[in-house]
Amino acid sequence: MLIRRDLPYRPSEITPEAVFRGRRLLLQASLGGAIGALSAGVLAQPAASLSARPSGYSTIEKPTESSLVTGYCNFYEFGTDKQDPPRYAPEKLRVRPWTVRVEGEVRTPRSFDIDDLIKLAPLEERVYRLRCVEAWSAVVPWIGFPLAELIRKVEPTGKAKYVEFTTLADPKQMPGLGTSVIDWPYTEGLRLDEAMHPLALLAFGMYGHVLPAQNGAPVRVVVPWKYGFKSAKSIVRIRFTEKQPATAWQKASPSEYGFYSNVNPERDHPRWSQKTERRLGEQIFSRRRPTLMYNGYADQVASLYAGMDLMKLY
Amino acid sequence: MSSSPRAFAFVPPALPATTLGIIRASVFVVALLPLAGLVQRGVAGTLGANPVEMVLRSLGTWTLVLLLATLAITPLRRVTGWAWLVRLRRMLGLFAFFYATLHVGAFVWLDHWFNWAEILADVVKRPYLNFGFAAYVLLIPLALTSTQAMVRRLGGRNWLRLHRSVYAIGVLGVLHFWFHKLAKNDLSQPVIYAVVLALLLGMRLAHTLSARTIAASSGALRQGRVDSPAKSSATVSRRRTQ
Repeated sequence: MLIRRDLPYRPSEITPEAVFRGRRLLLQASLGGAIGALSAGVLAQPAASLSARPSGYSTIEKPTESSLVTGYCNFYEFGTDKQDPPRYAPEKLRVRPWTVRVEGEVRTPRSFDIDDLIKLAPLEERVYRLRCVEAWSAVVPWIGFPLAELIRKVEPTGKAKYVEFTTLADPKQMPGLGTSVIDWPYTEGLRLDEAMHPLALLAFGMYGHVLPAQNGAPVRVVVPWKYGFKSAKSIVRIRFTEKQPATAWQKASPSEYGFYSNVNPERDHPRWSQKTERRLGEQIFSRRRPTLMYNGYADQVASLYAGMDLMKLY
Repeated sequence: MSSSPRAFAFVPPALPATTLGIIRASVFVVALLPLAGLVQRGVAGTLGANPVEMVLRSLGTWTLVLLLATLAITPLRRVTGWAWLVRLRRMLGLFAFFYATLHVGAFVWLDHWFNWAEILADVVKRPYLNFGFAAYVLLIPLALTSTQAMVRRLGGRNWLRLHRSVYAIGVLGVLHFWFHKLAKNDLSQPVIYAVVLALLLGMRLAHTLSARTIAASSGALRQGRVDSPAKSSATVSRRRTQ
């Protein structure tokens, strides 16, 4: 699907420059100034707003309360506890300067400065369901543009069949790298046609603001029909390959995590059922809800997997 | 002065009944604090993004902690000589069962809403649930026979034999946690429980073996044939097979 070019505004008009300053800079600035601890606390909130136009791809479901999505995170680079990323990432992760290298089977390999990358295409707000492989889910209003926009810009060669995403792995910024949970750096991958699908999003923000560090700042992918771990965070490299790339979780436990990892209620995780899920923020006496095939995006994406044995190619 | 081995036994200082009462009451209150904390957070709505998971894990953690505390009593008593510690053991064991019951109850009710078909399929299929379920089933008879009356009815020897299954329960409980955490490739927490359990079981094993050696050699002494070490170790191994 093509994105309309005749917008009433130019992409450069969307975001004020101040937005691109990281939370860390804001925090330092406020602490450095003669401002009280209280206002420092206020400024430390993700104040950098990011405007975007609404998208027809959004679900009408009510977004999960943002404090839950920013406070309950799997981002093992900062620790395996759900509270580790919100505890450590905001103060440790430096999101400026940030460069994303695009390389491999492309005609125009290049490095993007994050502030240029975000202007590559008009930003949209996409409210997507997020289904974690751990059987919990959320509804998140992401801000970004289709990954396809970037892919077209760099012109994959005829050999390019897959796209690999690599997350930053800097022990100075990421206390979780000390553990051998994952063979760092974290890598993820998509088939090229999956990456080109209009639902696959390159995200820079959520809830009207730039991405919080713990949710994958400054840039991540969001692939809503796959389990959350497929959506790599804090990306520093995007590589186009001919062969299927090895992904971090596949390497860690091949019997449990496959390359595709599409949301599939019929294909159990070896240690738990994927038939149902818990929506974050629901009360203690609420029931699980049924998990939908492709996380409810079957109409849009099922054709990508026509003829494939989804029990084997999980 | 007698030359019998009993003369070397450490005589623990006696604890006044009121002091013991205060200690028991304190342990009782402390053991209830985790539950009180959960209830308080539940009422305040501060159980986090995933309240059911939070409650399940907290109850599971406290079950394991109390189980290990129960298993720690005897080794601790031997090291310190505080005989009164044994008066806390039943209460700690029953609290372990109490938290285990709440843990299983939360799993059956809050997590699965009494969907027995789903629960059964999971318990059969998932290794971590195999271990957890087995551990809980084995805990039930121990809780039921925990009263003084049941000790008398079963007879001390049978009762002791039955209650030795607590070692197996400890191992199963740690395995339950271990296999649950395996998913995340992060065993840093289960390892702690496994090490503590291994330590406690190791201390018991060491004690049993040395007690048998003493018994064997004193037995040999009485029979007036304390000669080669080979012979006495043969006595030990013969006793071990009994």
